Amino acid sequence: MRGDLRTYWLLARAGFRRQATYRLALAAGIFTNSVFGVIRASILVSAVAGAGAAVAGYDARSVSSYAWWGQVLIGSVALWGWSEMADRVHSGDIAADFLRPLPLHLTYLAADLGRAALALLARGAPMLAVGALYSGMTFPAAPTEWALGLLSIALAVAAAFLGNYLVNCAAFWLVEIRGLTLAYSIVATLLAGLFVPVHWFPDWLRLVAAATPFPSFIQTPVDILSGFAAGPAAWRAVAVQVGWVLALGVAGASVTAAGRRRLEVQGG
Amino acid sequence: MVDNSTDGLAGAVADAVAGAAAGGAAGGAAGTSGKRTGALAAYRRIVQSRVRAQAGYRVSFATDIAATLLTGLAELTEVYVIFHNTPRLGGLDFDAALLVFALANLTFAAADLLVGHCDRLPTYIKQGRLDVFYLRPLSLLGQLITSEVSLRRLGRISVALVVLVVALARGDVQATATTVGMLSVAVVCGTALHCGLFVAVAGLQFWLVDGREFANAFTYGGAYAAQQSSLVFPDPVRIFFTFVVPAAFTAYLPTLVILGLPGGDFADPALAWWLPVAAAWVWVVALVTWRGGVRHYQGAGG
Amino acid sequence: MPLTPAAIGGDSIIDVDRLTRVFRRRGAPALAAVDGMTFQVAPGEAVGYIGANGAGKSTTIKMLTGILAPTAGTARTCGFDPMRERRDLARHIGVVFGQRSQLWWDLPLQESFEILASIHRLDAPRAARRTAELVELLDMGATLTQPVRSLSLGQRMRAEVAAALLHEPALVILDEPTIGLDVLSKASLREFLIRERRERETTLLLTTHDMGDIQRLCDRVLVVDHGRLAYDGTLTGLADAVGVQRVLVVDLDAPTEALHGIPHTRWLGSEGDGVRQRLAFDAKVTTAAAVLTEVAERAGVRDLTIDEPDIEDVVRRIYSATT
Repeated sequence: MRGDLRTYWLLARAGFRRQATYRLALAAGIFTNSVFGVIRASILVSAVAGAGAAVAGYDARSVSSYAWWGQVLIGSVALWGWSEMADRVHSGDIAADFLRPLPLHLTYLAADLGRAALALLARGAPMLAVGALYSGMTFPAAPTEWALGLLSIALAVAAAFLGNYLVNCAAFWLVEIRGLTLAYSIVATLLAGLFVPVHWFPDWLRLVAAATPFPSFIQTPVDILSGFAAGPAAWRAVAVQVGWVLALGVAGASVTAAGRRRLEVQGG
Repeated sequence: MVDNSTDGLAGAVADAVAGAAAGGAAGGAAGTSGKRTGALAAYRRIVQSRVRAQAGYRVSFATDIAATLLTGLAELTEVYVIFHNTPRLGGLDFDAALLVFALANLTFAAADLLVGHCDRLPTYIKQGRLDVFYLRPLSLLGQLITSEVSLRRLGRISVALVVLVVALARGDVQATATTVGMLSVAVVCGTALHCGLFVAVAGLQFWLVDGREFANAFTYGGAYAAQQSSLVFPDPVRIFFTFVVPAAFTAYLPTLVILGLPGGDFADPALAWWLPVAAAWVWVVALVTWRGGVRHYQGAGG
Repeated sequence: MPLTPAAIGGDSIIDVDRLTRVFRRRGAPALAAVDGMTFQVAPGEAVGYIGANGAGKSTTIKMLTGILAPTAGTARTCGFDPMRERRDLARHIGVVFGQRSQLWWDLPLQESFEILASIHRLDAPRAARRTAELVELLDMGATLTQPVRSLSLGQRMRAEVAAALLHEPALVILDEPTIGLDVLSKASLREFLIRERRERETTLLLTTHDMGDIQRLCDRVLVVDHGRLAYDGTLTGLADAVGVQRVLVVDLDAPTEALHGIPHTRWLGSEGDGVRQRLAFDAKVTTAAAVLTEVAERAGVRDLTIDEPDIEDVVRRIYSATT
């Protein structure tokens, strides 16, 4: 067990280092995140002003904080573009992965957590400064709130990754999954509450979102870090995230096993 | 022999226009006379082949269209959610915001269809496709522009068109010389403006091979800003998106004219008629960065 | 439209004068990939351009075709300045770059040819005639309707060569045209190029690692080393200059003791108890026939082959001779 943990740690570290080598890409990411943050914050602050002083519990400052915490997370929580697993299934390289003694989804997850940690430090953290300067930010007050916020980020990264992993697993059965991954990404981005808070959704859409894991990807960590959710509500939200990570993890394991059986039946 | 400074500005402009025309009227006869006809015929030939190649993959073509359609719908949902919570955003009501959304999406998606692949220039460089362009007697930019046509963007364009019709109907817009004229200028020049942004960042990519994401700030960022009322931005940002990256010209300012709305500081409705100038400005910048980028790639720029 | 010497403004189709290209790299010393190179190629010549990987071959070709600007010196190709007159030049040259395809991978081959004919403004009858000719000579009839991505390497390389020659260029530049091809494909491609040169007096510049390409196709060899021209002359002259020896391999009727002491040869070794023996000889002082006669006096010769000097070996020897 300890050996396994060490392996996951090494995978995570490799994921971290791989990203750190692309410095110009990092600078580009920070710049682009800032531009989008400026636009998003402007819209939301203006929307609150248009409605009077507050919308669904958000005032100008808290909605700005919501927008910029979203920008902090966007580089870490992967909503778009992960297709490594599907590519390996289609190329047949997946057979080599199955020879390893560790569960496939957890090895990929470890690497993704490493990538996400680097993205959070290098791409996310600068957004705190930009956001504070542009339209104002709120930060967790107590160390316990910071800790809960960081835990919530880690759970969000894991949940989003496992969601992508499940979609990638469709490659075991389908020749072409690009349409599926695109549709998944679009729906996930909307329901995660990246562009408008889930709390602003009309009731029917909020119910739809609540039935999916997507709010756990962005809305929950943003709520906790911006102080929108505090105390017992914050702990409840994290508990929901834990539930989704476990559910998606179990689903990932069983779908991987089913896909593996299918490959064995087909003979690769 | 067409001209001696083969990749000169004038040549690039003419060829880029020829390329865009060939893309826009893939089947139609674009009436250019004289020496350019040969190049034009070649570009049209290339574009036609791109269209046919996509039609050959029916299933993936259909899913791609569905995906861009879904993207358009998701963005529309975001506008709807905001107006579910507030009656006005940046001085616009929901109907006016729909018109801004429609014009911004229509012009950006049309530009994306025509030249959206230009921001993949680093891939072209890595695959050696750019070097092959050098070996043909056509302009580099013309070849880059005509090398792909992303018909899948038709999904997003169709969402924008439906929203446009709905917004015009709900806004009770009468067909006058002003509204029809403004709408035409907005669609044509707005598309040209977004195309120019794509070409400008393509030029920058010669320097920023690993920094592709910079491009997104100007192209997708510009499109996102274009979808909003300019009045949501504080003055410096509004000035930036009006006079530097003139995204406000593609949708917000024309909407003021079409609906007869007052606008605000640095957002005067009268500005809207300067859209062709704004588009020309973007293209001048685009051709300068493209030319600089090419010289950088060849190592001639020092 | 064949270019006459008058039309290209001189006797040379390629005129390179003190051509230099320096690459500046961050955190590393500047590197002169091409360093003061001077040579001319006359119309109709076939020139092999050889050297180790990284010796400066591709950089030279990129400067000859307008892809790269020289740091110093000049290059004129077909009478044009490749940087300032790239498009005019492109009408007169055909280039095959090893791994860079000029075909449209998702279209049938036929359509790639049609588009290229349009790009080069060939009128319909001329395009049809030339395409038919190339299809026949390169045996591409069966592949014409297939998408390019489904072609085998040999089929694709023939198609690339056809695409580069469609507009009957005066100068053809081929970068490793036979790499990875099987023996038959190589032979048919060489046959085709020989015929093309004979009929159209096309000038050929060829980079290759294959000595067979040079022997069959080229009457002149340029060896480039560290960006400088290390040799310019005939292939046999090159072998002579560096003292590269040919090797006679004989298969004998019966096991024979080592063939020591044959005049002007050096015994290299034997296999199978001396049934197959290898003798190196210097082509300047003796001939294969003379060596064979001597061998035949000692044992019955059943079969023989002559190993030509390996191109890498030649290049290596040039390095050691010049440094």
